Amino acid sequence: MIRTILGAAIGMLSGLINGVLGAGGGTIIVPALERFLKVPAHKAHATAISIILPLTIVSAYFYSRQGLINMRATLIISLSGIAGGFAGAKFLRKLSGKTIRIVFAVSMIVAGLRMLWK
Amino acid sequence: MEIILYLITGFVAGIISGMGIGGGVVLIPVLTLFLGFEQKIAQGVNLMYFIPTGAAALWVHYKNKCVETKIALVLAAFGVLGSAAGAYLAAGVSSLVLRKLFALLIIIVGTNELFAAAGAKE
Repeated sequence: MIRTILGAAIGMLSGLINGVLGAGGGTIIVPALERFLKVPAHKAHATAISIILPLTIVSAYFYSRQGLINMRATLIISLSGIAGGFAGAKFLRKLSGKTIRIVFAVSMIVAGLRMLWK
Repeated sequence: MEIILYLITGFVAGIISGMGIGGGVVLIPVLTLFLGFEQKIAQGVNLMYFIPTGAAALWVHYKNKCVETKIALVLAAFGVLGSAAGAYLAAGVSSLVLRKLFALLIIIVGTNELFAAAGAKE
């Protein structure tokens, strides 16, 4: 029962962030599943995707109704994104190396600071 | 030219999504900072982008029995209420405000990832 209430609250909060910011559901759901809902680490990532997918479909539906979808950019970026996903999975397993993760984390913080001030 | 930039952006975001960091925290800043997208439109691109890529990943994970369906149903059922409300909120808020909120999100995610990576083994 407590698990269900906790799950409902985490789901609602993630959905809100997904809708308002168009991203970021996973950054909350993955750790919440592991820490609060005791989902084993190897299942947390996949379970998170199964939750984020319906949230994203609902958010995207409302964005498109409000005219916030650039179809041309979406199509080109999605197609090359799928190719990038395959390439990454096949050839670039080393991408999870410590140094690269740190470089990306720092770039993210720098990008965030630029967006905050610019 | 524009098409080439889109292709490169998507490809790089696709590779990075495989690292476990969500594609959006990379895709949205690139679209707004380098390609001049309005924040809301960048968010829209990211949402649409996740649908096919997320569905493909989910299919593989589901076949490998890595999805805890029972708890996922609870989160998703309440999550869609949140995302519908959130998407309505986003439409009513200016892109500037969303951009600042988004900036805070990626600073938090980046800091969290920095500590996680620094503590990880090489």
